[in-house]
Parts: sequence; structure tokens; C-alpha cells
Amino acid sequence: MTARLDVAPGDWLRVSARYVVVDAVGWAVSGAVAVGVSFLPWLAFHWGWAWPLPIVVGVVALVVVGLTPRRVRAIGYRLRDDDLLVRRGLAWQRFLAVPYGRMQLVDVTRGPLARALGLAELRFVTAAASSTIVVPGLPVAEAERLRDELVALAESRRAGL
Amino acid sequence: MSDRPASEPPAPAGASRVDSSHLADGDWHRLHPATPLLRGGVALVAIAGVVVVNLRDTVIDALVGGGDRADRDSDPIRWLLGSPYLPLALLGVLVVLLLLVGGYYLSWRMRSFRVGDELVEVRSGVLSRNHRRGRLDRVQGVSIQRPLLARLFGAARLEIDVAGQDANVRLDYLSTAAADALRRDILLLASGARALELKATGQRRHDAPHRHGPPELRTVGNRRSGPGAEGAGDRGSVSAGSFVDARVSEFLAPELDPALAAPESVVAIHLGRLIGSIVLSGPMFWILLVTIAPPIVFRDAPVVALASVVPGVLGVGSFLVRRFTRSLRYTIAATPDGIRIGFGLLSTSNETLPPGRIHAIEVSQPLLWRPFGWWRVRIDRASSSRTNGAAGQANTTILPVGDRDDVRRVLALVFPEASVEAIDAGLTRGGPFVGSPPRARVLRWFSRRRNGYALAADLVLLRTGAVLRALVVVPLARVQGVSVHQDPLERMLRLASARVHTVAGPVVPRVGALDARDAEALLEAVASGAIAAASVDRAHRWRIDAGAAPLVEDRASEASPRLETPPSADDDARH
Repeated sequence: MTARLDVAPGDWLRVSARYVVVDAVGWAVSGAVAVGVSFLPWLAFHWGWAWPLPIVVGVVALVVVGLTPRRVRAIGYRLRDDDLLVRRGLAWQRFLAVPYGRMQLVDVTRGPLARALGLAELRFVTAAASSTIVVPGLPVAEAERLRDELVALAESRRAGL
Repeated sequence: MSDRPASEPPAPAGASRVDSSHLADGDWHRLHPATPLLRGGVALVAIAGVVVVNLRDTVIDALVGGGDRADRDSDPIRWLLGSPYLPLALLGVLVVLLLLVGGYYLSWRMRSFRVGDELVEVRSGVLSRNHRRGRLDRVQGVSIQRPLLARLFGAARLEIDVAGQDANVRLDYLSTAAADALRRDILLLASGARALELKATGQRRHDAPHRHGPPELRTVGNRRSGPGAEGAGDRGSVSAGSFVDARVSEFLAPELDPALAAPESVVAIHLGRLIGSIVLSGPMFWILLVTIAPPIVFRDAPVVALASVVPGVLGVGSFLVRRFTRSLRYTIAATPDGIRIGFGLLSTSNETLPPGRIHAIEVSQPLLWRPFGWWRVRIDRASSSRTNGAAGQANTTILPVGDRDDVRRVLALVFPEASVEAIDAGLTRGGPFVGSPPRARVLRWFSRRRNGYALAADLVLLRTGAVLRALVVVPLARVQGVSVHQDPLERMLRLASARVHTVAGPVVPRVGALDARDAEALLEAVASGAIAAASVDRAHRWRIDAGAAPLVEDRASEASPRLETPPSADDDARH
């Protein structure tokens, strides 16, 4: 009996390995900003005890960036018969299942970095803000194919609110 | 919307004689002519008050003839009375008055609404036109509010809740009878009955006026409705006496028409419990703190203490009075078109929630209510409204306070198929719930034995909290998604938490500290259950009911007061 969650064991569809770059750059930038901000108590407010803060924040940011490949490998999605199932997270794991019929709209968005790498992000939006499914790091063609497939699936299983 | 006045069809002749039963005929209609007065009512009264207070001394002096006061010359009215500019000033006042009246008339004239088979539409605005449409099959609820001033005029505000943030269609104001009739028609249209059948029921309605309450009230209501558009002769036939009689009888009528719902299905709040629940509520605690703290803190400075207490006392007063009068005469009852929630002593309000419009329901118990066994019931719904519900709370609170018996009956109204044992267990402990394992004690010190979930009859029940007890019930047909989560601490304990996603609202269905395998099972069960339930769900066209029930029978059942209220029948058996 494993402690980890494993809903629906089997083959998950993975996102593109190139997404590691996008995610790592994103985390590196936010990490750099966080380190910069963490200098403030020490330099600006002259709180002597706060000098280790930038080091702590920097180490955490490095670990987060270093774990990016594993984190991206942990992202998975599956088109089951009647619902879309996604998984995310290493330490904080999350599985979310949304029936196709609950779809309100599907978005394909592309950030500047992702576009340079030929990737796109797919968002599957329902009437509940909290159950929006986000699948990042899909090759553009795959994202558009998936979008059309999801729309068709939702059309065939339409439900109200 | 390009809404050049020229392109708009003029209100047809039929619209000029607005009959309350024909408002949903697909033609454009105007609102109650007192609308501008009622909409701007508070402002008008306030302005009049300011003017009266300021002129009081002058007027009294002028009438009594006394008063040789020092500030005489500085008083503009006095100065004006003796000056050659008097006609000019009077003309100015007249022009302003005429402009106001003209503006009100225009704004009333340019507001019209139409209720068709599929849509409800409102056009408004004099300079910038606004055209709002709502789809009837997306109606989440229809409420009728009658503020005190509007009640005196026999007017009511109809609000059609449509899914979305503040996407509601408001018709303010209509005559009371017209509002009631229009709501019935809207719900009938929304329920899937077609226009043809509406016409038939329109016929029927004239044969059976008793369905709408006291006949004399209805007659007057009909003549009163949309009088702005009605002929002068028609208006002349309503004598002042019968108008007053109608207003008085309407004012004294019970908030819930007894013919509307079976008495067994009605849940009301006892006066003592209402007072107790308000006294023991959370806001009350803070208000008391604000009132009691200053005298203790500023013991040596009585003036400061008084100055800080007075606002607090005023706050307590208005809070209490408001909560109290808003919750008086509270009823929740089953009608054929859904659950009807009504309340209010002076300003009354009632709302009908059609079946299948409740996305989640939470029964919770504040700590102070526990000795008395009182519960509160809140819901998630797809529409949001600025209008407050009972007790000035958001209109997501459908039962401000009630004992376990009331909760059972409310849940039976909302989910007739729910099993009583599961709900009873949900309020206490035990029952068919999948609970937390003993190792969850670390995370759930007191509530381990209560914490859990159950799946029963197209519902998922989540039970949490031992100190602050709560039970959340979500109909599987309304589930938007389901997720399971695990953080590092939960992983060490082989636990996980789960969440059922519903539309945004005060109720957040989640349960933590479940065994990881149980959480996975919950996700699978809810996901597959939601799909199965949604595929057979016909709630948005509730009267069609899978096409089984013929409409004639349906109408007949509506005409009798003992309508389709399986929950109430269950209820009898239970007690």
C-alpha cells in the first residue's frame, strides 16, 4: 500500500519535455525577484537578523528550479470515456476529473517563450472557477487537435449547468 | 444593440391595456407608472425632508406672523419674498419641477420589457439605450421584492436570476398581481411548457381566478396593473375606496398565500428562536464588544466613552431591527415550480428556486447555537444578486435558523430523494459515512469520527467538524468536477483530501484527512456518478419530466393546493 495518491493507474499522456525550459525560466525569474525582495529587510530596513533571508529564499528557488524536470514529468492528462482527468504536482499532488459535458469553453493560449518553443497551453473552463483544467506545454498542433476533440466530446455529452 | 427609437416597434394597442395575465405574451409592455417615484423614492423623501426642515422656521413665521429675528436679512426666502425677482425664481422652480417630471416620464416611457417563449428582454435608458436579454431556460430563480414604499403603492419588483455574475433581469416596478402572474408565466415557460399551452392556461386562468388568491384583490390588481398605459375610463372605474381596501387587505394578507403550498411542506421560524439566533450570532458578539469595550477603556473620560458607545448602540439597534424585521414571517415551502422562500414584515420578499438550481447545500452550526440544537442552511447557486435575503444575509441563506426537524424538512424539499438516515447521520455521527482512519487523529483532533463522506441516491454528502459541525450535500447532477489532493504531511500519514467543485458560492464542498485509497475511490465514484446523473438530469425543463407527465394533469395538480409535494408526504410518514 503506497502512501502516494494514484488515481487510475496506467498510461498518462505527458506534456512536451520542452516545457521544462518554459517552466524553469518562469520559476527562475520569480525566484530572482523573490531573492531581490528578500534583501529589503536587511538593506532597506537595517534589520540585522534578516541577513540569512536572501540565502534561504535563494536555496528554495534553486531547489524549485532544479526539480522542474520531475515536476513537468508529473503533469499528466487522460481523456477517459466521459471525463478529462489531469494530475499535477510532486509534493503537493492534485488529481482533477471534469466531465466533458461540463465544459463551458476551451482556451488555447501561448506565451512568448512557449511560442518560441512551439508550445501552447490548454484551458478547459467549467462553471466552477476552481475546477478549471490547465494543461501546459502541449505542442501547438497537439493542443489544437485536443481542443477540437474536447469541443466535439463536450458537444456529444452536453449538460446544463 | 442598435436601438434607435425609430427601429423599435411602438408599444402595440394591446400593451396599453396591460392585463396581468398577458404580460408574457411576447409583446413589449411598460412598467408600473409609479416606477420613477419608487425607484427614486428614498432620494425624493430625503430631499423633501431637507427642504421642509430648512423652510420650517420661515413658513411658521410667515403663517404666525411673529418672529423679528436677527438673521432675517440673511434668509434667502425672506429676501426673495420682498424682491422683484420673485416671479423669476418661481419660474425657475417651475422649470426644474417640469424637467424632473418630464425626465421621470421619459425614463418610464422608454423602459419596456418583453417576455417571449425563449427570452426575457428589458429595454431602458433615454439617452444611452440598454437592451438586456435573458434566456428563460437558464433561469436560476425568480424573486419578487416589495419594499415598504412600493407595498403602499401595491407595486413589486420582479427579478429574474440568470446564471452569471449580476446578470439578472430586473423589472421594477410592476403591480403586485401582475408580478405574481408574470412569475408564474415565466416559470411555466422556463419549465418547458410551450407558448401554445400558455395561451390555454391564460384562458383557464380567467375561469379559475381563485388560484391567484382573493378574487377582489386580483380584480383591483388587474385594473391597477400598468395603469400608465391603460385607458382613462378604466382608471376611473377604480374608486379611491376600493383602492385603499385592496392595499389594506394586501398589506394584512399572510406573506405566503395558503393556496400556494401544502401546509405540511412549510417550514417557518418561531419568534423566540429567531430572537435567540440573532442574539447568539457572530456579528452580535462583535457589536457587543464594540459597545462594552469603550466604557472600560475610557473609564476616566466619560465624554469619550459616550462618544464611542453611541455609534455602537445605534449600530446594534439598526442591526437588530433590520435582521429581525427581515426574518419575520419567514417561510420556505414547496411549490410545483420549485422551492419558495419568503420573508419580511414591512418590506417583503419571496423567491422561487426552480428544481435543479441548487448546486450545493450546507447545514452548519455556529458554536453558540449548539446548546439549542439550531442549524443554518446555505446554498450555492449559479446566479448572484445584489439583493439580500432573509436577515439581511446573502440570498444564499435559505434557512437562517432551524432545529434538526426543520433542517430535515428543508433538505427533503430540496432533495426529495435523499435518505433520512444519511442526513440524520450527517448531522450527528455514524451512519453510512466513509470516515477517517485512526491515524488521522493527528490532523482531526476532535472530529475524526465525524469527518467523512457518503454517496447516496444521486447525492454526495460531506460531513466535517466536531466543534463547528457542518454537512455539505451536493447533487451529483450539478457537480462540475472532483479533485483529490495530497500534501507532504498527508503523504506521511497516507491520507488525502478531496474536493467537489461546484459553482462559486458560500458553500465549499471539501473534506480532508481521508484515507488515500478512500479519497481515490471518492474521486472515481463522484466522477462516474456525476456523468450518470447528468445524462438523466431533466431539471432545467422540470415540467416536461422526461415527457411522461401529460400537461393537463400537471395543470390540474397545480390548481389544487395539495400539489406535487412528495417531500411533505415523506415528512408525514417520518414524524
